[in-house]
Amino acid sequence: MLELIVQYPLLSALLALVSLGAVFGAVLGFAAVRFKTEGNPIADQVNELLPQTQCGQCGFPGCRPYAEAIANGEAINKCPPGGEAGIQALADLLDLEVIPLDEEHGEEKVKAVAFIREDECIGCTKCIQACPVDAILGAAKQMHTVIASECTGCDLCLEPCPVDCIDMIPQQETLQSWHWPLPDPASREPQIIATDNDQSQDRAA
Amino acid sequence: MRKIFDFHGGIHPPENKLQSLALPIRDAGIPPELVLPLSQHIGAPARPVVTVGERVLKGQMIAEPLGFVSVPVHAPTSGTITAIEERLIAHPSGLSAMCIVIATDGEDEWVTVPPTADYREMPPEHILEHIRDAGIAGMGGAGFPAAVKLATRPGSEVTTLIINGTECEPYITADDILMRERPERIIAGIKILQHLLKPGATLIGVEDNKPEAIAALVAAAQGSSIEIVPFPTKYPSGGEKQLIEILTGKQVPSGGLPLDVGVICHNTGSVVAIHDALCKGRPLISRITTVTGDALRDPGNFEVLLGTPMSYLLVQAGYQADKNHRLVMGGPMMGFTVPDANVPIVKTSNCLLAPTDTELPPPPPAQACIRCGMCEQACPASLLPQQMFWFAQGKEFEKLEQHNLFDCIECGACSWVCPSNIPLVQYYRASKAEILQLRQEHERAEQSRIRFEARQERIERQEAEKVAKRAARKKAAEERAKAAAAGGSGDVDPIQAAIDRAKTKKAAQQAGADTGVSEQEKLEKTVITTRRRLETATAKLTQAQADGSDLVAALQTGVDKTRQKLEAAEKALQALSGSGTPSSGEDPSADPAAAAIARARAARAADAGLSPEEKAREKLKGLEQRLEKTRARLAESRSIGEDQKIVDALASTVIRLEEKVTETREQLDTKAGA
Repeated sequence: MLELIVQYPLLSALLALVSLGAVFGAVLGFAAVRFKTEGNPIADQVNELLPQTQCGQCGFPGCRPYAEAIANGEAINKCPPGGEAGIQALADLLDLEVIPLDEEHGEEKVKAVAFIREDECIGCTKCIQACPVDAILGAAKQMHTVIASECTGCDLCLEPCPVDCIDMIPQQETLQSWHWPLPDPASREPQIIATDNDQSQDRAA
Repeated sequence: MRKIFDFHGGIHPPENKLQSLALPIRDAGIPPELVLPLSQHIGAPARPVVTVGERVLKGQMIAEPLGFVSVPVHAPTSGTITAIEERLIAHPSGLSAMCIVIATDGEDEWVTVPPTADYREMPPEHILEHIRDAGIAGMGGAGFPAAVKLATRPGSEVTTLIINGTECEPYITADDILMRERPERIIAGIKILQHLLKPGATLIGVEDNKPEAIAALVAAAQGSSIEIVPFPTKYPSGGEKQLIEILTGKQVPSGGLPLDVGVICHNTGSVVAIHDALCKGRPLISRITTVTGDALRDPGNFEVLLGTPMSYLLVQAGYQADKNHRLVMGGPMMGFTVPDANVPIVKTSNCLLAPTDTELPPPPPAQACIRCGMCEQACPASLLPQQMFWFAQGKEFEKLEQHNLFDCIECGACSWVCPSNIPLVQYYRASKAEILQLRQEHERAEQSRIRFEARQERIERQEAEKVAKRAARKKAAEERAKAAAAGGSGDVDPIQAAIDRAKTKKAAQQAGADTGVSEQEKLEKTVITTRRRLETATAKLTQAQADGSDLVAALQTGVDKTRQKLEAAEKALQALSGSGTPSSGEDPSADPAAAAIARARAARAADAGLSPEEKAREKLKGLEQRLEKTRARLAESRSIGEDQKIVDALASTVIRLEEKVTETREQLDTKAGA
């Protein structure tokens, strides 16, 4: 055997390569089994970026399924609650083009919270079953009410209500939620001749 | 002489401090109405503890703190609560907030102040509680609750206590005049903090443009361990982190607190408030506010009750409304335009600026960034303002955070030096807030996700339970059927079971009737009660007949029925006594059951005798009969012209039966073929 190898140097090279291949193949194969990734990591990352309203406007039953669909190549512009900022974040993550929001799935709206007009509620529990985040409290033939802090504003409770007693109240700006706006881009327009500006004329006078 | 350090950047804007220093501190007096916002500090708003119409006394707590980072609100003078409602407050948003409104009575009557104990004998927790109960929030501008700032974590050592008398912002002189006129109170207040924190060194940092204040402090601090450190004037050396660097040479780490380098920093105003709270039992109900600007005839510093409308204060300083177009709370660098002159003075209002248009012109239009780098030279936090400006415009928040946006102290030095007049600091303020908001939203999204997943899990679990139950039921049914099929050849299980059931029932009945007398007794009792009922019914009937009531007919039927029952009961009784002993064992009433059993057995036996083919044929025959009957019925209803619904129903039944017949026939054929 040894003699044969010595006689044909080509054989030794071949043998070495084959054994190297076998060893690395075995190591890789073992690693693939041993360090197998559970679930879909890209879907997890996408899910992190979705607004978790669970509204189903994208056509998927919740944010997680849509995240999985995006990971498998679905368009990233089907999430109205996420809005432009959401699309931007998804595009950054997946290294895709930023595309405008698909109007078919709805428009970006001000965040709202469901409110049940309590004297009109008949206690049918239909909204409770529809709420994806268990944000409605109540029991059969008892008045229901929305836990405002848990409501994602998904609108899913509106449709099943037989007496139409649910309103979506747009969230009002409070001192806590208010913040400085970015300076008006219009005022950033370079104005070569400052005296053309009304204000500066006033000042000069 | 202590070594003074310098910090990066900084600017030298015109100071404009002399205007307001000509006069001593004046008392602004009691306005007719005080408006006290519930949130005059950073943290949770306080909760009102008074009701509308209630009379309150000076120093009485009218709103209690809600949570750890919160302070109470006290009545600045005596009067009546007229409203607890939303009012415009001094806030850049121009939004309203909940306020307690007091109509003052001018008597300025104090609530009974409990005698103050010597703070030197109080445990630190009590001192902190006192400070918190006095409603003291940082009076430099941010309004951070003083007690929270002073509550050092166990294990952390305070090497340096710094009292901030810098007051670097132009126009503002509130701290300057306080240091000039009330140095002994500042020193006394610092001694309380020294007792509380036991710092290695205590420094009062004062800019060298306040020589009178420095002299007054030095005189008052004689004989104490307090050191007054003057240092060159530069904006913004009054920033907490900048002051720490000037006095100690240490830099507070990014995102850290001064305590991380062993320093605690307090404003002179806060120190005086702490002194008043602990030595006089006086809560924070007034403050010194600089009222200045060229639109005022007599600018100066005022001791103002909190909640005083700004317009009231302006009048005292000789306000000339025609000269002024906007009011600024705070200084020209970090202040903001107030939405209305009637908004109240709060704990953080250190200055009220009423400038003329020439003094503080509206910002000229911004031009393009020329990348001159002057903002970087001016930034006291050593940031890269122009770089952050681009990121803020593009909303690249991640990059902004990487460029340490949150170390920006919003001093406005970058905007001040910008030759293109770009309002740089606005970009950082807006971006900071937006990032915080996004973080909050992300947290909320996380919460929703957890709730959604929990719900999904619950629904799945319930579904699985349902399926499991169904499967169990199915299995049980199959087992029963199997058992029945297994015993089908010999004895008939369901029938046997029915027999068993009937037998046990019988046995139970007979257990009662065992003595034999009971049956008879029962019947006798029935006869007696029925007879009694018959009697009363008859009496009622005659009464009704006499009265000519409408109920006669009804009563008549009742009487008849009762009579029938009575007769039946009597007959039964006779039969029972006639037969002598009640029958035991084979009761005649068991007969129908036995008959049914026999019938069922016969049917089963007949069934068992038949081959499947014969069975199918039987079934077919039955089906054909039913079909014919239904057809006849359909034809009949059609000819009579019965309701459409019935006709339709019949027609569909016919169709269904036809289908079944063909199906059975096919089955039969295939079987025959096999």
